Amino acid sequence: MAANETGHKLLEVSGLTMDFGGLRAIDNVGLDIYEGEIVALIGPNGAGKTTFFNCVTGIYEPTGGDVKIYPKGNGSKRINGMKPNRITALGMARTFQNIRLFPAMTVLENVMIGRHCRTRNGILRAIIGGAAMAREEKESIEKSYQLLKKVGLADVADEFSRNLSYGAQRRLEIARALATDPFLLLLDEPAAGMNPQETLELDALITRIRDEEKVAILLIEHDMKLVMNISDRIYVMEYGKKIAQGTPLEIKENPKVIEAYLGEEAHA
Amino acid sequence: MMHLKRSLSIGLWFMFLTLPLMVVRVNTVSREIEWRWMNLVWAGVCAFAIAWLWQFSIERRAAKRMQVATDDHPEKRQHSLAQRLADDPVLSRRVLIGVGLLALVFPWLVSSGNSFYHINVMVSALIFVVLGLGLNITVGLAGLLDLGYIAFFAVGAYTYALLSKNFDLGFWTCLPIGGVMGMLFGVVLGFPILRLRGDYLAIVTLGFASITKIVLENWDTVFGGAAGIANIPRPDLFGFELDGRQKAIYIYYIVLALVALTVVVTTRLKNSRVGRAWMALREDEIASVAMGVDMAQTKLSAYALGAFWAGLVGVVFAAHNNFINPDSFTFMDSAMILAMVVLGGMGSILGVIIAALVLKLLPEYLRAFAEYRMLVFGAVMVLMMIFRPQGLINDMRRKYECDTAGGESDNGGK
Amino acid sequence: MDFEYLFQLLCSGVVKGSIYALIALGYTMVYGIIQLINFAHGEIYMIGAFVALIITGVVTLSGYSGFSVLILAAVVAAIYAAAYGFTLEKIAYRPLRGAPRLSPLISAIGASIFLMNYVQLAQTPDFLPFPELVPEFEFMEPWVQYVSSVDMVILVVTALVMVALTVLIKYTRIGKAMRATQQDQVMARLVGINVDRVISATFVIGSILAAIGGVLIASRTGQINTAIGFMAGIKAFTAAVLGGIGNIPGAVLGGLVLGIAETFGAGYISSAYEDVFAFGLLVLILVLRPAGLLGKAVKQKV
Repeated sequence: MAANETGHKLLEVSGLTMDFGGLRAIDNVGLDIYEGEIVALIGPNGAGKTTFFNCVTGIYEPTGGDVKIYPKGNGSKRINGMKPNRITALGMARTFQNIRLFPAMTVLENVMIGRHCRTRNGILRAIIGGAAMAREEKESIEKSYQLLKKVGLADVADEFSRNLSYGAQRRLEIARALATDPFLLLLDEPAAGMNPQETLELDALITRIRDEEKVAILLIEHDMKLVMNISDRIYVMEYGKKIAQGTPLEIKENPKVIEAYLGEEAHA
Repeated sequence: MMHLKRSLSIGLWFMFLTLPLMVVRVNTVSREIEWRWMNLVWAGVCAFAIAWLWQFSIERRAAKRMQVATDDHPEKRQHSLAQRLADDPVLSRRVLIGVGLLALVFPWLVSSGNSFYHINVMVSALIFVVLGLGLNITVGLAGLLDLGYIAFFAVGAYTYALLSKNFDLGFWTCLPIGGVMGMLFGVVLGFPILRLRGDYLAIVTLGFASITKIVLENWDTVFGGAAGIANIPRPDLFGFELDGRQKAIYIYYIVLALVALTVVVTTRLKNSRVGRAWMALREDEIASVAMGVDMAQTKLSAYALGAFWAGLVGVVFAAHNNFINPDSFTFMDSAMILAMVVLGGMGSILGVIIAALVLKLLPEYLRAFAEYRMLVFGAVMVLMMIFRPQGLINDMRRKYECDTAGGESDNGGK
Repeated sequence: MDFEYLFQLLCSGVVKGSIYALIALGYTMVYGIIQLINFAHGEIYMIGAFVALIITGVVTLSGYSGFSVLILAAVVAAIYAAAYGFTLEKIAYRPLRGAPRLSPLISAIGASIFLMNYVQLAQTPDFLPFPELVPEFEFMEPWVQYVSSVDMVILVVTALVMVALTVLIKYTRIGKAMRATQQDQVMARLVGINVDRVISATFVIGSILAAIGGVLIASRTGQINTAIGFMAGIKAFTAAVLGGIGNIPGAVLGGLVLGIAETFGAGYISSAYEDVFAFGLLVLILVLRPAGLLGKAVKQKV
């Protein structure tokens, strides 16, 4: 685990509650993320982790509580119920538990979509063309290509994304999310379905992203080895509630956590 | 042997199925019953033959799927003729020039003296090419199922008809107005249905178009009702009077220019930030919104831009026919344009052009089979979905060339 | 306030609504089970009417007449409609199971166009008269201005059909299998339900209902042509969506609401714009409450 300097706060979730009709999926959950951190959100299946992501990224509007982000030190912004594309434009991007790529578009184009909120070429510019339009296009292509290189997919840039292997698709999703220039990246089970070798590479990739791109990371994961290895802090959820938070060492020894979850499989 | 037995039973089944409708014809006026037993035999034989063919085709399709699923090297998959053509810039340029020249001299090739029947046919076909390309934006690129596209076409046509009749505005003035009116309607239609998807979207758009048609049919005072509006002026050439044949040729070139314009604009849109946003929305709305695409803006632009072409070419349609009535804007027409987009290959410009020309020209020149036109059309739609759902031309994605030094070129998406 | 007129419209609306309900049931059942709008369902309705016409034609020209002829025609029409529905599913929809949603929709539109033109070519695109086979019941005499004998038959038949369908869905094996398949197709397969057969059965039942509707409407209006399928289909689909697609009582409710709304609109506002009321209602419902009156909004899992 690399040494990091914790800077200012990036994301502050307090008292988050999410109800679906009569079902309370998330109950009074709080979470903070600081600059330069890698934070993990773990818990047994059905604990509400992906729902938490969805609430924070605007897919659901939380029933109660506050979700605040601090985009580049300009004070806080409450983003409850904001449309996902606006939240992404503010600097928070995500990947999905069940990979959601654009199958009929190429690998490069998938990443270029990430550049959408950072570029401005509109309909008029598209039709008329011109220097500014061409410049922006070229820049998009370049940046996207660089990101593909970073995740090791540069050689399949022109391939349809649906033709990639599972592990490659997961990396592509990460590249796509990075293309939005986020200050915080939310990864939903990035290691799911990966073999130990791929997981090691993912570990290195995530750390590199944190160090080189200066992006903080919040990840949901079930692979305990990865989580213990890579995280600065961990939050644990069960049945929609937060039951523990702390460093990996603290979590490993927390009796509540062990009881809920780690008991069966102490990987680390 | 299995094939034989199955085909036989299918043949018999269809004989049973078609018995009342194809064999019996009751004439209550003359109080007679016509028994057409030959039809029964025909039905049985055809069903038998088709069943046999069908089973072969299904087997081949399944075998192909197996091959694709176990394919170790998907990148090396064999590319279609069209793709190989597009990848060869020299050849494709030559083909393009050839087709372009042919299109330019077309009127002089097919007409002589005062006959301009073929020119008129081609004008109709080209109008539908533009319609297909317009719908290609909404359905093919953005994936927004619009079953009522013909309504925008009607808007354009009636705009010109009414403006010229009531305000004496000329063709060239009304042309852009028609496009803008279409666009406005597109936005008005799109706005309330932003949240709808798939089948529901299709049905609502169908509902909108039906309402439009009924209003056109019944609001006599403004729209002329079922009788429509007549004496719509043809476009003039700087005030010169043109005879029938010259007018036809003039309109031909206007439509040809429109087609070229549509192709250029659509290609540019497709390969731009906007086009990518449309396609992302089509592929996965939730993911694209999560990646920063504004759903409302992007969808509305797709509706608006698609409807614009329909409105635009609606003006030309009215000018070409001199007369419009609601019968030109039925659901069948919407279905036909949708078929052009889907059968041509969603998003593929070349595919849509080919499909449009085939669907419009074939019936004209196979007049002998005119009766069966719609029947074949319906059957083709079903068969294409089963055997070649991706359409004529698989949308070939643009290949970007980039190196670290910053160079970039492309082979153009078709 | 002209109550007599109001009541007339109400009765007329309920009768119309019953026919819509019969057709809507077919739509809603098929959509509930395979999420497909069976565009060609309206044509099945039309085919039912045509087969009935042919049977009545043949039988009456051989000298018979009366209510029993109608019943015979209805039975044969139902059988044929079931056959057509079954064949339609096998040819146009089954090969497309699992394909993206656009493919079956296009196939459905193609099938609809094919069937309509098929009947047009085999028979005629003109209007054909349907014989009056429903006798004037004596006990209907005092109500005749509101509800004719034919209308009475329609109401009774529809009510009986509803009861029969409810019994089928709730208490029979096939009904349970249909409900299971509707809720979770994969699971249904795993517990041994032959999903293909259940889907076929759904189409068959829907087609029978549509055919009955076709025969009834033919009796009521006295004439049919090949174009009746399209309009009736759209309206019935409106009814199904109105009540909540996939929901059987919803289809009935939707049918009645649509029939009454349409008749009132035509009666009080304008008869020329009758269809606009139906479409307007459709658009309104889909925009404001896509789940329909009795449906439940389903949240998509991300």
